[in-house]
Amino acid sequence: MDQAGTVVVYTPASVLRTPGTLFREMGRDLRSSWELSWRLANRDITAQYRGSMLGYLWAFILPLANTLAWVFLNSAGIVKLSNTGMPYPVYVLTGTMLWQMFVEALQAPLQQVGTSKSMLTKLKFPREALIVSGMIKWGFNAGIKLVILVPVLLFFGVKPDAHLVLVPVAAIGILLAGTSLGLLAAPLGILYTDIAKGIPVFAQFAMFITPVVFAMPSAGITARLFHLNFMTPLILTGRAWLTGSPSPMLGYFIAVCLISFMLMLLGWLLYRMAMPILIERMSS
Amino acid sequence: MENDVLIKADGVSKKFCRDLKTSLRYGLADLASEFIGRDRSPHLRNKEFWAVHGVSFELKRGECLGLIGHNGAGKTTLLRILNGLIKPDAGRIEIRGQVGALIALGAGFNPILTGRENIYVNAAVLGLGRKKVDERIDEIIAFAEIDEFIDMPVQHYSSGMTVRLGFAVAAILIKPDILFLDEVLAVGDISFTIKCLNRVRELMRTSAVVFVSHSMPLISSFCTRVLVMDHGHTVLDTTEPGVAVNHYFGLVKNAQQVSGSGGASVLNIALTSSGITHQDGNAVVRQGEEGTVDLSLRIEHGHKGMVSLYVDDATLAQVLVVPVADEHGKLLLLGPGEHRLRIPLGPLEMNAGKYSLLVGVRDPQTETNLCRHQGLSPFTVSSDRVYWSKFVRIGSARILSTEQLA
Repeated sequence: MDQAGTVVVYTPASVLRTPGTLFREMGRDLRSSWELSWRLANRDITAQYRGSMLGYLWAFILPLANTLAWVFLNSAGIVKLSNTGMPYPVYVLTGTMLWQMFVEALQAPLQQVGTSKSMLTKLKFPREALIVSGMIKWGFNAGIKLVILVPVLLFFGVKPDAHLVLVPVAAIGILLAGTSLGLLAAPLGILYTDIAKGIPVFAQFAMFITPVVFAMPSAGITARLFHLNFMTPLILTGRAWLTGSPSPMLGYFIAVCLISFMLMLLGWLLYRMAMPILIERMSS
Repeated sequence: MENDVLIKADGVSKKFCRDLKTSLRYGLADLASEFIGRDRSPHLRNKEFWAVHGVSFELKRGECLGLIGHNGAGKTTLLRILNGLIKPDAGRIEIRGQVGALIALGAGFNPILTGRENIYVNAAVLGLGRKKVDERIDEIIAFAEIDEFIDMPVQHYSSGMTVRLGFAVAAILIKPDILFLDEVLAVGDISFTIKCLNRVRELMRTSAVVFVSHSMPLISSFCTRVLVMDHGHTVLDTTEPGVAVNHYFGLVKNAQQVSGSGGASVLNIALTSSGITHQDGNAVVRQGEEGTVDLSLRIEHGHKGMVSLYVDDATLAQVLVVPVADEHGKLLLLGPGEHRLRIPLGPLEMNAGKYSLLVGVRDPQTETNLCRHQGLSPFTVSSDRVYWSKFVRIGSARILSTEQLA
């Protein structure tokens, strides 16, 4: 709802013609979306777990199943893996857990818009609320994963140290990377369903050039690919801090976080500009 | 301040595309233009049409603008542009003050959550925080009349209960300068509808209202000004709702439909009345005037027919029947051949609206339907206002006596 006393003007002109108004409105909408974001996140989380028997455990089940599959493949000798420097189940579990967090952040913007179409086409509310509530839900799921992960690590004999307090920082880095890409893909993805279909395919392939289940290759073209991949420093840093060692590529990690943050701001701007155009082409 | 113009629309236009694939491609092009800071083009591209074209008006506090027209006339699209959901392709809109909308009741409801929880969600979508809801939640629950079910999941609500709750949340909480309404007043049973109407009346006193409806009595009793829209254009802009409603009925297309065994057929039919006029090819009768039907029909060889004449309203529901009888009051049985009948309809006291005639011919011996011809001789009954009933007795109903009892 718009503030009393203000005049809102709608014209065919691009919002970029009046950048002052655009940025003022972005700030205002972000502030006013806070309450709605919480409310929507709360609604979705409550509804999701109220209708489920295993409840919060579901946040953990998918990565766990994935881990079991890879541990089986490894122990049966079907896939040959180089030395990961720690018990393989720990390597896979931390890797898939962190990777799962990335994929969830990546898919969130499109999913949020997709499930809110009937609201978007009929009501005016700050569009930012969908993205922010997606991030809140992500935070909730990530929290559950990490809380369950720590005792599992202890069980495998891993001794986390003071680096553990840095894990949320790594998680936020992953959130920024996923959300920025998800937001940038959203305008096209809302228009064409191909993007939503393509994201899991992309994520599947990207996982194999990230040290999630495979160890970092030491040489060759794959090593180059692993290094160019911006997800590598995020996963390696997160895993290192979880298992009690310093990040092997801290500078790279910080650079990826900063760039992701800037891309997220750009993504927000484009998302906001795109919304009226996309709503016009949406079926309610 | 009270006379401030709250909505100013100037030449507002919006184009839509007929074809989905092309529409998506144009969407992509529009995204690109927006991102590089180029304005929207006011020219139609291939396969596009104007869903709204050149609509202008100003609206002050206390005024209510009705938008009427057929499905696809552009009413809802105009409302969505005014609400800022989509951008105009041409023109300009100025909105002054807080906007509230009674559209999409119960937006954001999750079926698994309880009614109480959903009140907070719905309120947040409407931009209202927890504190405002806490203050008035009892009032909302009382208004929705779902006291005993408020802590039950909404998925077990009847559809009537859900819309009642949705209406109550919005109607109790919003206090807008500008109010948008889209076909939401006829929710629930009649007692709830009346409650809704009273509440909307209250909101209207302090706001400028834009109101989309197909209910002519509502338009007639609420609006201070009406735009009749057709194919995106304003075809009439008037401060007299009665005139607008008549114009709207004039736009209603009439389709004839013939069924039956073919044992009888209508050759010619005409409605005559002293109060009949013709406007743009439409017959218009003043409410209360006497009408007579001049009917020629043929009964095929080997059949006998009894004739009934009906008056249908715009929804093709029968509102009046004249069983055709002879001078002794017995139902008339016609033998084979061509017949011409002059049938008196009596005073045309139907509520203002669009009507047509239906002729039914039945063979009483074989009990077969020889002919059912619907949509004949369409006419409009005109009056200055539209009432909440099928028939209106005016003029002839004089007060017999009046005395003050207390």
